[in-house]
Amino acid sequence: MERWFYLLGSVLLAAAGLGVAVYRHASTGVPVLPDEDRLVWQVEARVEFLATGAPAEALLTLPPEQDGFLAVRETGASPGFGFIVDQSGKQRRAHWTKRSATGEQVLFYQAELIVDPAHRVAPVPPDDVRRPSFEGPYATAAEGVLDAIMPRATNARTLADQLVQAANTRPLSQNMSLLLQGHAPGPLISALLNEAGVAARTVKALPLADGRRYQRLRNYVQVWHDGTWLFYDLVSGRLDDTARLLLWQTDAPSLFDVVGGVNSRVTFSMTSQSRSALGLSRLRDGPLDLTLHSLPIAEQATFKLILTLPVGALVVVFMRLLVGVRTAGTFMPVLIALSFLQTELLAGTVVLVLVVSAALLLRFYLSALNLLLVARIATLVVVVIALVTTLAVVSYRMGLISGLAITFFPMVILAWTVERMSILWEEEGAGEALIQGFGSLLVAICAYLVMALPLVRHLSFNYPELHLCVLAAILLLGRYTGYRLLELRRFRPLADRST
Amino acid sequence: MSWLASPSELRERGVMGLNRRNLDYVSGFNGRRAYPLVDNKLLTKQLAARAGIPTPALLHDLSHQYEIEVVHKQLADLPEFVIKPAQGSGGRGILVIVGRDGEYFVKSSGERVDLRHIKRLLTNIISGLHSLGGRTDSAIVESLVNAHPMFDSMSAGGVPDIRVIVFQGYPVMAMLRLGTRASDGRANLHQGAVGVGLDIRSGRSVGAVQDDRSVTHHPDSQVPLEGIHIPGWPALLRLVSRCFDVTRLGYLGCDIVIDADAGPLLLEMNARPGLSIQIANGSGLDDRLRAVLARDSFAPTVDERVAFALDGLGGAVD
Repeated sequence: MERWFYLLGSVLLAAAGLGVAVYRHASTGVPVLPDEDRLVWQVEARVEFLATGAPAEALLTLPPEQDGFLAVRETGASPGFGFIVDQSGKQRRAHWTKRSATGEQVLFYQAELIVDPAHRVAPVPPDDVRRPSFEGPYATAAEGVLDAIMPRATNARTLADQLVQAANTRPLSQNMSLLLQGHAPGPLISALLNEAGVAARTVKALPLADGRRYQRLRNYVQVWHDGTWLFYDLVSGRLDDTARLLLWQTDAPSLFDVVGGVNSRVTFSMTSQSRSALGLSRLRDGPLDLTLHSLPIAEQATFKLILTLPVGALVVVFMRLLVGVRTAGTFMPVLIALSFLQTELLAGTVVLVLVVSAALLLRFYLSALNLLLVARIATLVVVVIALVTTLAVVSYRMGLISGLAITFFPMVILAWTVERMSILWEEEGAGEALIQGFGSLLVAICAYLVMALPLVRHLSFNYPELHLCVLAAILLLGRYTGYRLLELRRFRPLADRST
Repeated sequence: MSWLASPSELRERGVMGLNRRNLDYVSGFNGRRAYPLVDNKLLTKQLAARAGIPTPALLHDLSHQYEIEVVHKQLADLPEFVIKPAQGSGGRGILVIVGRDGEYFVKSSGERVDLRHIKRLLTNIISGLHSLGGRTDSAIVESLVNAHPMFDSMSAGGVPDIRVIVFQGYPVMAMLRLGTRASDGRANLHQGAVGVGLDIRSGRSVGAVQDDRSVTHHPDSQVPLEGIHIPGWPALLRLVSRCFDVTRLGYLGCDIVIDADAGPLLLEMNARPGLSIQIANGSGLDDRLRAVLARDSFAPTVDERVAFALDGLGGAVD
């Protein structure tokens, strides 16, 4: 009777979770699968320079808000450098500082942009057109070029069309040829337009193509026409479709500046990703929105991680109650799995095994020192931190960037794992320690594999009510009184006798 | 023969799994408030003393570091003794000293250790290294049991003990546990000790296991493990049956040693006894537990319960 009541309760719990999820899907349209998607560009600017030992400072102009792209996240934190976004100028600039830096320095700025054709930004009108002063023979040549074109141009747009064409038609006119010898094509075209009283400017933009690395910005000319900025390629002329062009530098005097360093350069890399349409829905949520999407991006990322924990817990319950794997510590595997989510599986496993085995060796020495338990664990924490630091430095020196991933491992978890393993080793013998150690690792890897599934991450974050189903499953497993898989092996001799 | 047993086969044999033990018996019949009585050996000893259940004599107990610094004075006139944590589990942190060799103490395995080693062990014990949940603990120094001569050839080091599962006061299954070199003389099956199944009706051996596998001889001494007969079996069953009355733990494991002079002594009790005893006996626990549950006798006396066990638990023992 009680058993049925209990079963009913669990089923109701699961049904409630499922019901709310279905209702929410119907009313908000949040996709069930993670791949009903729109394109998201991840763009990375990499500033490199050789620091001279003096205080180092780097400035990078950041892309303005623009049509067609919705910036959802940007980061610029680099280890050892202070980072702020300077909003004081006409264009935002990233500002990195370090009191003293020597050697090769690499700074990253990353932005995540959702492609959204509906996203419009009010264009910033130009300042008054400032007539450039062409000097000497250039003044005459500029006058000649404009005189030849002006009669055919009816407005700013057609004038610009004609100019770009004139700069690319071979053979070049004598005047154009002279001007191009003394000027870069981009600034020349905008200067000629300005000379004619048309608002135009040279800009730098990044053509977007999936998976490109170490790209540079390209020069374009923008012409103010009819209350909007028109894009001109310096060779092919006016661009109608700028969906794959990320405007980067418009009003800033320079793309980037480095103080206290030499041999500086900046390169750009980019990838495109599919991302569920909720990227948009979460930004358009109203003030009454009580979903997790109303949190700031950084907090959302934290919750994305935390909300996979119940699924990891379910995996542990499954592995222990149904399979019968022995683990060192009950939920240590979930915490290890959580660390794996941030370090990647292979790097995380290698780091964990390396640090735990090294610390175990050291601990056998420590146990000879006859310390009290608390002091011993504290000593281990210090030792683990020393090991972690060494490993991070060595792997960074060797060019294995994943060495930095080690810092995501909570030190206390590492230290406790080491402590538990060494107690097991002393008391139950190497065999039991290895069984439980590998049991923990196995369960952690299983939990990681489940927690890392895109579907699991998507559902646990976007449909948090489904955790009621997870809870129901755990409650049901908690009443399971049948045999564990490994017990079928353990008790096999008993079954043999009956046959 | 398949690699795995089929669940239905095991069910038919009445084999109990860990999940079932934990849910239906440990949490079903053992009140949490009684746990400290069995988890803390110091409390167990006091409880047993009040109820007149014999245990190895308590010589000293230490719970502070300053007591450890001067422990050599207390150990000076003790030729043989046993140190164990009051709240230890799984036989961890137990040291058996059987004699002296000048400065050194001789362990049951013949190994020699110095005073520093003993002090380190005591420090570890009171700081909770060997205890459930790592709580601070106290260390017990008790008299060494002088094992019955019949066990002399059987065990490598350590004193063999007899584990009896007592359900609602009825002894239902028993096994003799023999230390091996692999278990460092400890009588703990997890650590590689040999378990010899004992017929609950007679105290005669019915089979043996080590590491969950059948064995016929002791792995170190090669002594055959058949035909063992525990002397004074009914008295031993009466002793364990009374343990239920003082703890009120319905599902209990009692560990008994047989002293050459004092007879059966209660060593410790366990509220979560392991399941390897089924393999040692070649028989599942389930049928026997059901037989006890099916008895409709109100508040049976110790003698009634022991008589039922000696009678084969109403036919549940095959």
